[in-house]
Parts: sequence; C-alpha cells; structure tokens
Amino acid sequence: MRQTVGVSVARYRPEQEAEPVFQDYEVPFRKDWVVLDALNYIKDRLDGSLSFRWSCRMGVCGSCGMMVNGQPKLTCAAFLSDQGEGPIRVEPLRFFPVIRDLVVDITDFMRKLKKVKPWIVRETEKPVAEGEYLQTPDQLDAYKQFSMCINCLLCYSACPIYGLEPTFVGPAAIALAQRYNMDSRDQGARERLEILSHKDGMWECTFVGECTKACPKHVDPAGAIQQYKLASAAHWFKTLLPLGSR
Amino acid sequence: MSAGVGYTPYHPRWYRRRVSVWWWMESRSYTGFVLREISSVAVAFFAVVLIALLRALARGPEAYARFAAALASPLMLAASLVAFLFVLFHAVTWFHLAPTAMVVRVRGKRVPDAVILGSNYLAWIVLTAAVAFILLRG
Repeated sequence: MRQTVGVSVARYRPEQEAEPVFQDYEVPFRKDWVVLDALNYIKDRLDGSLSFRWSCRMGVCGSCGMMVNGQPKLTCAAFLSDQGEGPIRVEPLRFFPVIRDLVVDITDFMRKLKKVKPWIVRETEKPVAEGEYLQTPDQLDAYKQFSMCINCLLCYSACPIYGLEPTFVGPAAIALAQRYNMDSRDQGARERLEILSHKDGMWECTFVGECTKACPKHVDPAGAIQQYKLASAAHWFKTLLPLGSR
Repeated sequence: MSAGVGYTPYHPRWYRRRVSVWWWMESRSYTGFVLREISSVAVAFFAVVLIALLRALARGPEAYARFAAALASPLMLAASLVAFLFVLFHAVTWFHLAPTAMVVRVRGKRVPDAVILGSNYLAWIVLTAAVAFILLRG
C-alpha cells in the first residue's frame, strides 16, 4: 500500500492573493483517515496557516463541508481511500463567497433560513399546564426525514440554480419549511407558503435533483420542494373554487 | 456579504467565483438535466404539429393531403425523428423523477418508489396500446 497521498488545497489569503491558488501537500495515506484528518495533519505538522472549519468529526455538526475532487462532501465522512489516486483536490464549498482558504461566508443561508420560519408556529399557544402537543408515530414519520438536516450546505453547493440565481431560497431552507409544514403541531403553513410562493421561492427550483444526491443525511430536499409545489398548486386550485379556502 | 461587517486590513475582501456558462458540462447529471429541460421544446414541437394536423383535417381532404406531403419532406422527417428521441428522453426522465415528487401513503405507509415508477410505465403502455389499437384495427 502507498505510504502517502497528495492533497491539493485551495488557498485564499486576501492580504496576499487576488484569487485562490492551489497548494500541494503530501500527507500519510492511512486507511482509516478521512479528508478532514489530512487537513488536520497539514494544519498541525506542515502548515499552521491553513484555515478550515470543523467540529464534531462524525457527520453531526455540519461544519466541515467542502468540495472534494469537485463534489460537495462532508470531509469527516470522505475517506482518503475513496478519493482515487490523488492528488485529492480540496476546495471551499462552491457558490459561497470565500472568506479565507476553505472558509466560506454562510450569512446568506442563515438569513434565508430565518425567513422561512423553521420553528413551530401556533395561532394560539396552549397553556403549559395543559401539557404537551401529542403526536402519533405516523405523524412523526411524516416529517422526520426532513428534520435530519444539519445545515451543512452541501445541497447549496450541488444546486446550479443557486449558483446562477443567488436570490433563490435554496434546498435546505425549503426542506426545513416543509419539515414544519408537515408537523401536526404546526399551524404556520400559510405564512410559509406566502414567503415561498414568490419568485425566489420554490418555483425557482427546476428539479435538477443534485441536492438530494449530495445530502449526507438523506433528507431529500428535492423531494421536499416538489411535494411543496404540489401542495401549493393544490391550495391555489382550491382558492379558485367558490367555497374554497382563501 | 455579511451586513455590518466592515473592511479591516486583515479581512479585506471575499472571493466570489463566477459560474461558468459551461457549468452544465461539468457533470453527466447536469448535462442530463439541461437535455431534459431542452426536451420541452420537442414536446412543444409535437403539440404544434398535432394542432396543425387537426386544423388541416378540419379544412378538408385537400388541405390534409398537402399537410401530409409537407410532413413527408426529408427535413420534417429528420425534425420529427429528433423530436421523437427527445420526447422519449423527456418521458423516461420525468417518470424516474415522479417517485420523488409524489409521495403516496396507503394506511400510513409510504408506497415504494418502484410501485409509483411502475404504475407510470404501466399507464404509458396501456395508453399506447389503446391508441395503437384504434389506429391499426381499420
């Protein structure tokens, strides 16, 4: 087995470069190492100036998303042995402004996420003394898949629509809106529909389907968006009927 | 860009990469997606031809014969062949996306993707057979 593997890392030091350049490193090739281990090796042993985000190392925190050989991946889950011969190309998540090296600015997503009200909206809250809002296993099952999102933003980097139209609300935010719409305890579906029916909302999506393939938690944002479109169209048809809801 | 974050000597600028006009060549699935979108033009072409055919039919046998002759020209035959291939691609790719867009639940359980996909193909075969029967029985 080979002893080392090349890693080609995109560097962007705004005080030094006008645009990113690649820097090559040689790291030990170990079967149990993921790309994040290689980056930490570089940071610890070879070049302390390399900047990247990471935290949990186990696919929960969603902060180590990067482009690995051109594909959006959680670097903590991308084994060196799965990346071909090398050198392994590591770049910051695509379609986001790069702050430094592999660190991107996700403010745009945070703003969009807040806009779709990803929390339980009630018309009137019932008093705490009356207890919890109960839910059956089937009701939980209806939205559980969409609740697995860790906001890692791989889906945004996989979505060419987001790249071309940065105002698009995007896969994860719409999937999370749908997660709350489908929650039996929630009553905010109409508020969210108004927000997501405008031109930067769900209709901007043309069903490329790459977001679902990129998602490390099997959330299926493409499915969520298409199901949302269907529900929205059905709602619109109902408003046309004389006794339909408005 | 973050609102309220000022420029400092150590944080002078964000780097934004422009999306290349060739982005759809970057991966096979992107190319497939763009071809699927373009295939809508072929679907529209078939619809227009069909409407024109109905109009020629309504105008009488002479108009219909003229229209049929125009359809038999090599250019129209080539266009129809290309359009047919695109329409096939359109139908098949959308069928394969149907299970993602349509979630059908029976007694609380989600109907498997293969069943949704299979029922689309089944409906296609049944309808094609019905049309073929009507056309070929005389």
